[in-house]
Amino acid sequence: MLDQSQVERLEAEAVNSAKTRQPLYAARKKIFPKRASGRFRQFKWLVMAITLGIYYLTPWLRWDRGPFAPDQAVLIDLANRRFYFFFIEIWPQEFYYVAGLLMMAGVGLFLITSTVGRAWCGYTCPQTVWVDLFLVVERAIEGDRNARMKLDAAPWSARKLFLRVSKHAIWLVIAVATGGAWIFYFADAPKLLSEVVTGTAAPIAYATIAVLTGTTYVLGGLMREQVCTYMCPWPRIQAAMLDENSLTVTYNDWRGEPRSRHAKKASAAGQSVGDCVDCNACVAVCPMGIDIRDGQQLECITCALCIDACDSIMDKLGRERGLISYATLADYNANMAMATSGGTGPVNPALVRTPSGSFADGLAHFHLGKIFRLRTYIYLGVWSAIGLVLVYSLLTRERLELNVLHDRNPQFVTLSDGSIRNGYTVKLLNMIPEPRTVEISLHDLDGGEMSIVGIDQPASRSFSIPVEPDRLKMLKVFVRQPVEQIRKPAQSFEFRIDDTASSETAEYTATFNAPENSR
Amino acid sequence: MSNEHIDEISGITTTGHEWDGIKELNNPLPRWWVITFYITVAWALAYTIAYPAWPMLSSATRGVLGFSSRNDVKNEMAAADAAKAKYVTAIQSKTVSEIAADDTLREFAVAAGGAAFKVNCVQCHGSGAQGSAGFPNLNDDDWLWGGKAEQIQQTITHGIRFAADADTRQSEMTAFADVLKPEQIAQVSAYVASLSGPVQDKSLIEPGAKVFADNCAACHGENAKGNRDLGAPNLTDAIWLHGSGEAAIAAQVRAPKNGVMPAWVGRLGETTVKELAVYVHSLGGGE
Repeated sequence: MLDQSQVERLEAEAVNSAKTRQPLYAARKKIFPKRASGRFRQFKWLVMAITLGIYYLTPWLRWDRGPFAPDQAVLIDLANRRFYFFFIEIWPQEFYYVAGLLMMAGVGLFLITSTVGRAWCGYTCPQTVWVDLFLVVERAIEGDRNARMKLDAAPWSARKLFLRVSKHAIWLVIAVATGGAWIFYFADAPKLLSEVVTGTAAPIAYATIAVLTGTTYVLGGLMREQVCTYMCPWPRIQAAMLDENSLTVTYNDWRGEPRSRHAKKASAAGQSVGDCVDCNACVAVCPMGIDIRDGQQLECITCALCIDACDSIMDKLGRERGLISYATLADYNANMAMATSGGTGPVNPALVRTPSGSFADGLAHFHLGKIFRLRTYIYLGVWSAIGLVLVYSLLTRERLELNVLHDRNPQFVTLSDGSIRNGYTVKLLNMIPEPRTVEISLHDLDGGEMSIVGIDQPASRSFSIPVEPDRLKMLKVFVRQPVEQIRKPAQSFEFRIDDTASSETAEYTATFNAPENSR
Repeated sequence: MSNEHIDEISGITTTGHEWDGIKELNNPLPRWWVITFYITVAWALAYTIAYPAWPMLSSATRGVLGFSSRNDVKNEMAAADAAKAKYVTAIQSKTVSEIAADDTLREFAVAAGGAAFKVNCVQCHGSGAQGSAGFPNLNDDDWLWGGKAEQIQQTITHGIRFAADADTRQSEMTAFADVLKPEQIAQVSAYVASLSGPVQDKSLIEPGAKVFADNCAACHGENAKGNRDLGAPNLTDAIWLHGSGEAAIAAQVRAPKNGVMPAWVGRLGETTVKELAVYVHSLGGGE
């Protein structure tokens, strides 16, 4: 077990600390995050692998939909206005499913934030993941924190140039791959890849790659934490989502303060001494350049790397982990009240410990039950309700639809035998990737008969219409009614389509107009 | 600078400008802002070189890229024409019936003909081709000169009673005010009206039939069903170009209106006329 004076003190300055915060027009101070290791770092590696894996590999998944539809599992086919997601195919008018998913994402984010704080920011936000990835590259080429700081301060040399060029080159390769992966969501991936490589892809593909390469490189490589602090609105919104029962990364002053590099001397002098040895490990690993010991801050994305850094120091010193930990404000406040005798004095860590050195019984600790409270129940309820509605509507949605547009100019035409004719634009939507033949028929119009432009058949009450797979068929339909059978100037009647093979039907109530004096 | 003044509160140098004791702090601009500003300046300069910009005495610099919005329009029109070319060639080489029978070509011709109709035909026939008094409704199934696609094409190509075109549809109804006595006109009007509806004084019908047989049947036919070779309308149906009822019929008998339609082929060209014919044929009354 190490004595605390043996713990190396890192020369780390929290560049984004409120105390030392630069004016907005000052040049950015570089941050050189030290590599952390521990539970949260492991978890972040895992999340990074999963999220990057999903992003890069999804367009290459195949899904057989038969000969009349693409076989890419996830495809946004803008040219044909179709969205394919595994077994789901969405037409533009069904875009509300996407709106529903966005609502679920929003409410889900509320739920996550109210329970575990800014977990989105700290683990899964693309900005965080790509910055993490770029830092891996930076560390592999230039070394860890101290080496990088030294290199940065060193004058230009062949070695520095070589390291910098390699780093930026690899960043650019990652950026190109990032922009490149994006376009595969919008076209058949293998085909598009060969087109892109051979220079025959559409200009928009190259433009998209170029723009996303630029944003990835600039945001992930160069701007990093500034994106979160200055550009992203979400931290500011998320701060409003937190309440006193949300978990956030917290420095537990009540056991850490007064921090001291020379605890032995201090306690020998009769001063109270906290667990924090002021080693700055938490500051050195922070990718946002803050000192978590200053309390909750806007800049903190709760990546929890400072927890890992502090825990490893506490392990070395033989003290309990969790000097920096996920804690709720309520627990923190209760413990602080205990350590300061209800706020009457400075922090005295002796007050939260028993004489034998273990934590006092009255200390508040987080337990899972605190997650379940009215607010999270409501979020969960809303989130599940939207999800259930979406699933229900997805399972019961129509795959055969009928839309009818009544001609307005002219509304009706008098024919030479005195009968009245109305024109309609009828749209048959065959929303499955298979061809089918549907029967279109006329109902509830006495003596009414229809004829269809381009179909050379005598007027009738029903027609058989072949519809191509996954396509809309537009028909110009003329409906004619003998003058004696016209009941009123505006009669409601029905168009119906039936697919006898699948017994699907769709109906549309249309209006048949006639002149006032037609009878 | 010897006279540099540092603001006591903010610790920032001032520019030396002072108004009523208020001094201007010399805060530097944010670097990103300055960089962006210089980029926009450079961009603007490059832009004026690349595109037409600087005014000269009589014109302006042309720009090294040779951009011109007129050329753009020309190119876009050429591209649009090129995109339409395969349909247009097919339309040129086929008869209107063949076009109407081909789904793709018909769709194209209906769209193109519809556009041409909106520009050239709506003034008389109405925006929905519904016509008005004296101007035929093209949606219905009553055709003075024939409702087959080819007949419609012929009518559009050469017009009706259009003096400037030798092949125009030609006919003229006599003004019977000088030929028939007023009571005969009343009788024949009652007879014609009775063919498609009730009349007030049924006693006029029988003498009217005789007047009709003597004077009208030559063109309108013995059964009054009309004659398309002469553009003589069918008088037994529900459609009346110049108004229905005895009074309107009598007016037309006394001093007939003979409508004129210009020949369009010289102005629109064969292809557009074909497209118009297919469009009009598709309105629902085509035969």
